[in-house]
Amino acid sequence: MLHVISALVENKFGAFNRVVTMFSAKGYNIHSISIGETEDPTISRMTIVTEGEDKVIEQIVKQLNRLIDTIKIVDLTYQPKVQRELLLISVGYQKGTRSEIIDICEIFRGNIVDINNRTLMLEITGPPEKIDAAINVLEPYGIKEIARSGLVALRRGEQSRKNSEAEIETNKVGELK
Amino acid sequence: MNTKKKQMTGADIFFECLRREGVEYIFGYPGGAVLKLYEKLYDVDFIKHILVRHEQGATHMAEGYAKATGKVGVVLVTSGPGATNTVTGIADAYMDSVPIVVFTGQVPTHLIGNDAFQEADICGITRPITKHNFLVRDISELASTIKQAFYIASTGRPGPVVVDLPKNVINSITEFHYPEKIELRGYKPRIYGHQNQIKKAAMMIQKSKRPLLYVGGGVIMSGGHRELYLLAKENNLPVTMTLQGLGAFPGTDPQSLGMLGMHGTYWANQAVNNCDLIISLGARFDDRVTGKVDTFAKNAYKIHVDIDPTCIDKNVIVDLPIVGDVKHVMAELAAEISEKPDLTEWWEQIEAWKEECPLEYDMSDGRLRAQYIIEKLSELTRGDAVVVTDVGQHQMWVAQYYKFNHPRTNITSGGLGTMGFGLPAAIGVAFAVKDKPILCITGDGGFQMNMQELTTAAYYKLPIKIFIINNSFLGMVRQWQELFHAEKYSFTDLSDSNPDFVKLAEAFDIKAYSVSNISDVEPVLKEALEYNDGPILVDFKVAKEDMVFPIVPAGASISDMIIRRLDPKEMM
Repeated sequence: MLHVISALVENKFGAFNRVVTMFSAKGYNIHSISIGETEDPTISRMTIVTEGEDKVIEQIVKQLNRLIDTIKIVDLTYQPKVQRELLLISVGYQKGTRSEIIDICEIFRGNIVDINNRTLMLEITGPPEKIDAAINVLEPYGIKEIARSGLVALRRGEQSRKNSEAEIETNKVGELK
Repeated sequence: MNTKKKQMTGADIFFECLRREGVEYIFGYPGGAVLKLYEKLYDVDFIKHILVRHEQGATHMAEGYAKATGKVGVVLVTSGPGATNTVTGIADAYMDSVPIVVFTGQVPTHLIGNDAFQEADICGITRPITKHNFLVRDISELASTIKQAFYIASTGRPGPVVVDLPKNVINSITEFHYPEKIELRGYKPRIYGHQNQIKKAAMMIQKSKRPLLYVGGGVIMSGGHRELYLLAKENNLPVTMTLQGLGAFPGTDPQSLGMLGMHGTYWANQAVNNCDLIISLGARFDDRVTGKVDTFAKNAYKIHVDIDPTCIDKNVIVDLPIVGDVKHVMAELAAEISEKPDLTEWWEQIEAWKEECPLEYDMSDGRLRAQYIIEKLSELTRGDAVVVTDVGQHQMWVAQYYKFNHPRTNITSGGLGTMGFGLPAAIGVAFAVKDKPILCITGDGGFQMNMQELTTAAYYKLPIKIFIINNSFLGMVRQWQELFHAEKYSFTDLSDSNPDFVKLAEAFDIKAYSVSNISDVEPVLKEALEYNDGPILVDFKVAKEDMVFPIVPAGASISDMIIRRLDPKEMM
């Protein structure tokens, strides 16, 4: 099954590469990966969607922890979380279908971000299922191009700062069972 | 007082950092990108630079030095081919968790990525085979990077670290500041095991009827041999060791079962099959140890002590993991055990297995056997030499027949199985160890993979005893061809192509003998052990078709050992 792993890593040269190298060297799948700076500019957050049995996921989390440049790894799969993906999708239109596409865009609470005399570009955000549904519904109109951002996710409910520091400790060294 | 700090060049900072890290030796080879460092090295008197003949040799020397001392081995090479030649040694150090720091030259930062002369992306190349690596992009990062490199290499589960040094960084000038302490928020190795887990482990030992300690190289690396000895002796526990674990517990002690696994002793493997509790101490359930994982210690409760959490549940699912430094965990574990288990029956059983299938070899045909030479060496040195081996049959025979009595005396390439490791590693050991004989037991195949380092051994007059177990074959491969590949001895016969090793040694001004008679073995060994004016080489011509037994075929259960070669008559 798909797992969502959130990794705080050093925001420096090679850190991203190290994570990706670990996945390829160990033969693990990456479904999607996204990375961006956090509230602390020295730290980036990577959200990795990966697939595997529980035993494999456990190894992935441990292997990620083992990297020197990773600061904190959390498997968010079974945690309450908000997850979002951004879709940019360019759809062809003819006379009559333009308003239908705009309707669909509204239903998905998206925005029209570009238009010319042949295509419309829609911006839609949401959990992956919603993105899949939008693509599915837009399919018959003739999809020209798609760009998906990959998933980003945050755990719900702010942890107090103190707790989250304690967590860094336990997650990093990992009591396993 | 002038508070302004002295300006130093990158090269000055480099050597000052190494001095502060207590580095005694650098194994290296000069080249374009590191010329500035070698210019400075000319005037440095606190570090000795050892000139090698190939960069791979330098990395194995650093490994040998590190394995014999526990200190960090240091390598300095140039960019491009200099750097790529270190890759095998780095991978070897990674697999066997050896603390080395490899400094590679790099083209100037503004040329990186331009396919400049002697450019190679060594950080990219070594990323999957290093514990960590660094490209120093600015001189302001140089000192702290070197500090981090040594810290990362030597702590936790040790491993190789590469530091890539662009030429302009080494040439530029800055104020020197060496951090006293470093704090890496993403790296905090855990030293102490979880208390409750340790208590539970102690309880399991007390309850167990057939316990077994399964000891790996981690015990030696952590310096935990005394703790192991106390734990084993006080509770009368049988001890079996992995290839890297040999030496952690005295091989001549009756509680030692020797090595387990593919070429392990019959009784050690039987103990694994029949134990009800197995305690893995700093070992990683390698496939050469476990055979088929589903049947490994099938009925046993499994405890796994390791400093690296990724080792736990990687190959074999265990019942009780303890993450921590094995030295501390063993000490705490021993303190927690209040009632010693009664193991009389278990020991009787183990003794019976020992009687049933002892290690044996047959020299009745009058031809020399490697096992005999190694057994003799073990006797003559009383298990107190540093034995460096290459990879192959001779390595397994050393593991079986040499009774290692001290930690850090068994230096071998285990995980990666690097042929050519032996000679350079022995050279590295020779710089570190002055009070023990250093034996380099190698094969005719492996020896030829790094024999250029004979120059290094001869030039520095290192008292290494090079014993070539020469069967004119790539013996281990030949053995597999005979057993599992229809006796097609494809490209393993070296008899027509091997050089005359005695003449070869003489070309390097190295004393050398060739021995093929059994009766000559002991006198030559004695002479070699007494000769300390430089290296000495003995070419032992042994039987071609000899095989290492017992053997567990790859992927089979370790209960399916082949004990000896079947006599054609037996097969009928």
